[in-house]
Amino acid sequence: MHYPGEHLLPGQLGYFFVVLSLVASMVATFSYFKATTSKIHEDAAYWKKLARWSFITESVSVFAIFGLLIYLLTQHLFEYKYAWQHSSKTLEFKYIFASIWEGQEGSFLLWSFWHCILGLILIKTSKQWEAPVMTVVSFAQFCLGTMIIGIYIFNQKLGSNPFILLRESGIFDNAPGMHVDFNLANPIRPDYLSLSQMKDGNDLNILLQNYWMVIHPPVLFLGFASTLIPFAFVVAGLWLKKTAESMKLVLPWALFASAALGVGIMMGAAWAYESLNFGGYWAWDPVENASLVPWLVLIAGIHTLLIYKHRGHSLKATLSFFIAAFWLILYSTFLTRSGILGDTSVHAFTDLGMNLQLYLFMYLVVWLPGLLVAKNKNQRNIGAIIAIGLLPILYLLNFSWLGMLALIAGVVYTIYQATSAVPSIKSEENTSSREFWMFIGSLMFFLSAIIIIIQTSLPVINKVFGKDVAPPEDAEFAYNSIQIFVAIIVAVLSAITQYLKYKDTNSLFFWKRILIPTLISLVIATIFVAFGQINYVKKGPVFKASIWLALICSIYAIIANASYIWIGLKGKLKLAGGSVAHLGFGTVLLGILISSSNKETLSNNVNGIPVPLANTENPAENLTLVQGLRTDMGKYWVTFEKDSSLTKKPKTFFKLNFNAKNGKENFTLQPNAFVNYKMEGLQANPDAKHFWDHDVFVYITSIPDPDRKPDTSSFRSQWMKAGDTAFYSGGFMVLERFVTEDSVPNANFKPGDLATAGTFKVFSKNGTSYTSTPLLLNRGGQSESYSDTVLSENLVLKINKAEGNRIEAGIKDTDFLMKYVTIKAYKFPFISLLWLGVIITVVGIIISMARRIALNRKDAA
Amino acid sequence: MLVLIAGAIAFLVSFLKGASTYETVAQAKENPGKFVHVAVKLDKSSPVDYDAQKDPNYLSFQAIDAEDSLQSMKVVYRKGARHDLQLATKLVLKGKFTDGQFECNDIQTKCPSKYKDAGATEHPQNPIVN
Repeated sequence: MHYPGEHLLPGQLGYFFVVLSLVASMVATFSYFKATTSKIHEDAAYWKKLARWSFITESVSVFAIFGLLIYLLTQHLFEYKYAWQHSSKTLEFKYIFASIWEGQEGSFLLWSFWHCILGLILIKTSKQWEAPVMTVVSFAQFCLGTMIIGIYIFNQKLGSNPFILLRESGIFDNAPGMHVDFNLANPIRPDYLSLSQMKDGNDLNILLQNYWMVIHPPVLFLGFASTLIPFAFVVAGLWLKKTAESMKLVLPWALFASAALGVGIMMGAAWAYESLNFGGYWAWDPVENASLVPWLVLIAGIHTLLIYKHRGHSLKATLSFFIAAFWLILYSTFLTRSGILGDTSVHAFTDLGMNLQLYLFMYLVVWLPGLLVAKNKNQRNIGAIIAIGLLPILYLLNFSWLGMLALIAGVVYTIYQATSAVPSIKSEENTSSREFWMFIGSLMFFLSAIIIIIQTSLPVINKVFGKDVAPPEDAEFAYNSIQIFVAIIVAVLSAITQYLKYKDTNSLFFWKRILIPTLISLVIATIFVAFGQINYVKKGPVFKASIWLALICSIYAIIANASYIWIGLKGKLKLAGGSVAHLGFGTVLLGILISSSNKETLSNNVNGIPVPLANTENPAENLTLVQGLRTDMGKYWVTFEKDSSLTKKPKTFFKLNFNAKNGKENFTLQPNAFVNYKMEGLQANPDAKHFWDHDVFVYITSIPDPDRKPDTSSFRSQWMKAGDTAFYSGGFMVLERFVTEDSVPNANFKPGDLATAGTFKVFSKNGTSYTSTPLLLNRGGQSESYSDTVLSENLVLKINKAEGNRIEAGIKDTDFLMKYVTIKAYKFPFISLLWLGVIITVVGIIISMARRIALNRKDAA
Repeated sequence: MLVLIAGAIAFLVSFLKGASTYETVAQAKENPGKFVHVAVKLDKSSPVDYDAQKDPNYLSFQAIDAEDSLQSMKVVYRKGARHDLQLATKLVLKGKFTDGQFECNDIQTKCPSKYKDAGATEHPQNPIVN
């Protein structure tokens, strides 16, 4: 059948390149493998040449796929599912990239893209290591390639093709209107593209329409991709039995990976801070944890590698850490893409039906390195039999505890093969040596990672063991209460360790150098303790004390490392990468501690506007602002001035004026909200005012439902206690008091008759206040309500009922619609320290990287 | 060294807080005051009670047990408006049952449209059914 209006060429080209990239990566893997194992030089050279061209072909294909996807999206070719699902005609051009990585296919492609770039750099620079290292990289590319191939093998979906046509994707299967004669059994209507539903796409998720979403995924995936390289060098070194040589080259790559991954994670945090309404940058969400854990392990590996470089031991730990870091990246991919986190995470991908494939990917990557580097034939055969033997069982008992066990078996086997291949070095545990404390620090990072991943894996553990355990009551505190100790220890270690020497340190030498920075830190910390404050009391005094301790330790880390650049390194910045990175890390810790523990809710201050505080346990963090009415919000007066809508999108900006009561800060914030009551309700984007020492952060939590017609003809009623507030279009009123009596002068009261008189204080927007006193009489079982009118405000008040300590007030308003917004506002002190710390850390890592690359060059020359 | 590592692990693990449990509406009612997770659906036949002018922090609605449609309860959430309840296919409530109502600290929504890879045939945003 012919479907007019379809553009089939880009899809066909796209699919061609998808297949080509998969085949090319397969050829590259095989050829690089042959190039590594060939004993004859000419053969090896031949295979290497073939492998290179295959890898280059693969890279070109991946770039072409990318280009074609961009074409589909920018040309609005909605006959393609990807364009229809992830973009729309109104989507701003700058978010086209965000649309590409909104889908799983696009994000796999992004990952693949970085492998290509890194692979091309390795081909250019890694000389004799090219063949074995690129075997690993090409194989990873092959695995990623299968993720976007989109074919079915024995009913099992293999990958998901981004170039699939909408009419072939199954989306119309239950839509009679899309079929000939409205019959689902018939083919798709030839003119389906002319239907109104096909004129526009679904658009990018509004939360992702944020500039951080354009830049955060590429950097994060660069981090993911670059953890492959240390892993590949470790495998290559073990494979060729030249671990010592491979360890020389691995350090710059590991540093690079830690910088890219770290920046990627923190950009995600910045996005969460700026666009999610968590009220913060970190929520210990499983998706966040899953990328943090490999980073922690990578950092552990970098430090043990430094020990190995200087002292020759800790090699086993180093190899294990670099292998584990890459595995954890895959595990985190599995967590976020399998849909298993559905109940516990706010931003995981949903299931694409590729769980078995994701699992197989992990299975291969866990077992293959062990088999490749096995000590002898015997052990390789045993491993291979176990690995292959477990597979059919796994397939039959998809995702049971056996699946977990088979993965763990692979982990144990590969780690055993890796660590038993290198000699054990007996070392003296000298507590005055630098390496001893560096090792303890690495261990802390590793322990921290293990505990986070166990806590995060709760849904997996539930699934594997068929249990149904829920996360604890305060999930964030479950993390914080443990990680605060890690922070304390790591901060102290990063402060003092550089003052120690490798092997052995003369204690006089050590104390002499560290004395001054310690004293300075003590002075600063004392000032902090004396004049600073920590408002975080809800978890008890012990946790508060831990925060103080961690704060003091992070100050120590900052001062000691800054001083070491002069005391230890005589101001030679080129050598100071480590100190700078530690200084940055200390700043990050300090920023986290101050901003999180002193985060302040601004919108809960209700002086003057007594919003009923029904339950003191629950923070009343929402505040309603009536348009034009200056409202008291703690340190600020806030006025909701006006709202303005965009014509192209249902997005409204709310202009809020903040005036500090001390007169020092006057600013306007414009949080916005996408309003679409029929579909998604309200999606709010915060706005923040950045000061050097704090941010004021505000977002919309509710606005009036535009579909709800104002009823101006009748009274609306509201139960009120003395002190309660009610709004009307011209301002608000407070019920000051009410009295119920059994006698009223001249009213001929009989026994049992009652009178209730309320006194309302009415505050209008223009600053005038009035008093209004409606009355309710109850005579002979009949209620008579005497309303009171505030003429200048067109406001009528009455009392409908009186019951114990409250009354039901009736309020009749003027005839125009009252506009209001409900907001939450927070103050984050010193959050800029966090971002500054991240930048300093990365600068430190780059300095180290530059130095290590230079050293390696000198070594090779 | 190994002792030290073991000690560190033991120390940190001792801080792992006891996990809570998933319960049904009926079980939550039977154990008032116990912190639980309950999977429910929004009862669309009764209105969601939220009025920003009266109390911008108070939200309440009727919930039906996700598995047993006969079990329902009133839910009170004191952290303000939520706009994702209507669309969600399932809500996971965290809180305690007290005084005849479920005092909820946190509502997690399971929404098919959150990331648009979900089964698009039941996608509420794509009314391709005439």
